[in-house]
Amino acid sequence: MTPVLAVEGLNKRFGAVVAADNLNITIPAGQKVSLIGSNGAGKTTFVNLVTGYLKPDSGKIELEGRAIGKQSPRDVARLGISRSFQIPQLFIELTAAENVIVAISGTKASPLSFTSPAEAQNRREQALVLLDRLGLRATADRPVSELAGGVRKLVDIAMAMARRPHLLLLDEPTSGVSAEEKFSTMDRVIQAVTQDAGTIVFVEHDMDIVTRYADRVLAFYSGRILSDGHPDTVLKDADVRRYVTGGAR
Amino acid sequence: MKILSHPAAMLGIVLGFVLLGRVLPAWTLSLATVAASNSLIALGIVVLARTGNVSFGQGLFYAAGGYGVALIANSWGLTDAVAQVMIGAVCGGLLGLVIGPLISRYTGIFFGMLTLALSMVLYGALVKTTALGGSDGFNVGRPTLFGNVFTDPREADFMLYSVSVIATGLAGVAATVYFRSELGLMSLAVRANNLRVEYLGISANRIVAINFVIAAVFAGASGALSLMAQRHIDPQFAYWTTSGEFVFVAILAGYQSVAAVFVASLALELVRSFSNLYLPNTWQLVLGAFLLAVILFLPLGIGSLWTSTKRKGSEPDAPAPGATVTEPAE
Ligand SMILES: Nc1ncnc2c1ncn2[C@@H]1O[C@H](COP(=O)(O)OP(=O)(O)O)[C@@H](O)[C@H]1O
Ligand SMILES: [Mg+2]
Repeated sequence: MTPVLAVEGLNKRFGAVVAADNLNITIPAGQKVSLIGSNGAGKTTFVNLVTGYLKPDSGKIELEGRAIGKQSPRDVARLGISRSFQIPQLFIELTAAENVIVAISGTKASPLSFTSPAEAQNRREQALVLLDRLGLRATADRPVSELAGGVRKLVDIAMAMARRPHLLLLDEPTSGVSAEEKFSTMDRVIQAVTQDAGTIVFVEHDMDIVTRYADRVLAFYSGRILSDGHPDTVLKDADVRRYVTGGAR
Repeated sequence: MKILSHPAAMLGIVLGFVLLGRVLPAWTLSLATVAASNSLIALGIVVLARTGNVSFGQGLFYAAGGYGVALIANSWGLTDAVAQVMIGAVCGGLLGLVIGPLISRYTGIFFGMLTLALSMVLYGALVKTTALGGSDGFNVGRPTLFGNVFTDPREADFMLYSVSVIATGLAGVAATVYFRSELGLMSLAVRANNLRVEYLGISANRIVAINFVIAAVFAGASGALSLMAQRHIDPQFAYWTTSGEFVFVAILAGYQSVAAVFVASLALELVRSFSNLYLPNTWQLVLGAFLLAVILFLPLGIGSLWTSTKRKGSEPDAPAPGATVTEPAE
């Protein structure tokens, strides 16, 4: 079976900084992959490369067998990759529901309408369903500018889910969420997301979350992959303990 | 307030204003005509501003509409007022279709400066074109309506007033529907975060281009209305101070309400005529003070007087009283 994502010999430098160093990664459908690594290891760069925001210096990126390394974020999104952001990227003056409605109307095959209301009843209901899955129904009509950081992350994820992507990339979904709420948040996210996108890549710093939710872990260190495999194996790896988890486990 | 923004109710209000023209004194009638036609172009600037971009060169489309109509009127004798408004809209819109897709790649100050530059290019070209009367421009005849010629000046004024109010009113109704539409909400999304719009699979540039063309259509129609009122056209239509005044109206109005654009335009015309009357030669001073007052007391424009406070999130939160913390001296 063609993997959802296949990355081969991927390189990206920023001046002297090597942010992606010959990455080779194949992600089959249905996998839940966690990216770990200290700050500056290259996790967000990987997400940016896969979503077309950054162009690789060299290497191949394929979505379901189709080369996407030269595509724009817009085309990549249309082909089936969605993402959320480390710092939520929302339409700050709109309400949570309106943010999701924008995301849903973006999935329309026909051109957007000049006359039919954005908040048509069925569209609003779809948005509420998405928000509900993440436990956000109560905040639907509040401007996102009034929402806490953790809640904004969830709105960001709800927007990413609107397109029912084949591959969903979540950049630090639980950072900014309080420690007590991390698990319930992640439960919701994983449950919500698996209904649509089988394949998820999430950047995570909390190793308890990683062991609980990931089938596979990729440990990044200065643009390279130190270790790749089942969470138990990767988190026991000597290099990973030394450079990533700091011997915490 | 909500019921008043229903399209049918708005059409009723437009009709009410037309009838009001029957009882208005003559000087108010011509002032209101100017205010209505200026509202139309300012409304276009507001439509565009909802994507986060300000055009400082709407005079380009205003002049395109005005000159287009004037040339057609003089060469083919087409004097019907309604037809002239439509021709103006088409002239503005066609030019908008050419420029919109190109300029929508730019944002912020580059966008604004490009619009300004393009309008000044047209201004320069018009001044040098002797066939179009150069900087003096040329005259056109009186407009007619559905074959009726208006010889009584009072009737002619009322006809112009009606056409201006109806054209602008219909544009206002259309804009209200548009603001609530899929594209309307998407425009606000582009304004807030165009990169995220792209990440959702939508072309932000396309949204800007669409709004740009709408603004150009409104500007072209407004140019035609203005031509009919003055029965004269010259390169001043494309000059940057002309464009600037319309931006001024748009800023006064804010981008949240269509009605605010009419109120702002009318307020500006009133301030202008009263300052001319009582404080001659201080028009710019009065205007500046007026704008300053609006920016200070209504930073989101006149429209924020009656639109919900829901969208105020775009403004930085005002610090709570007493929240200013002074650093303790070390
Ligand atoms: N757009 C950019 N321009 C310059 N340097 C960048 C850019 N993006 C990332 N980097 C650098 O690349 C390295 C990897 O960054 P990043 O992928 O954001 O790390 P992570 O998400 O793992 O914390 C860092 O050294 C960072 O400073
Ligand atoms: Mg990062």
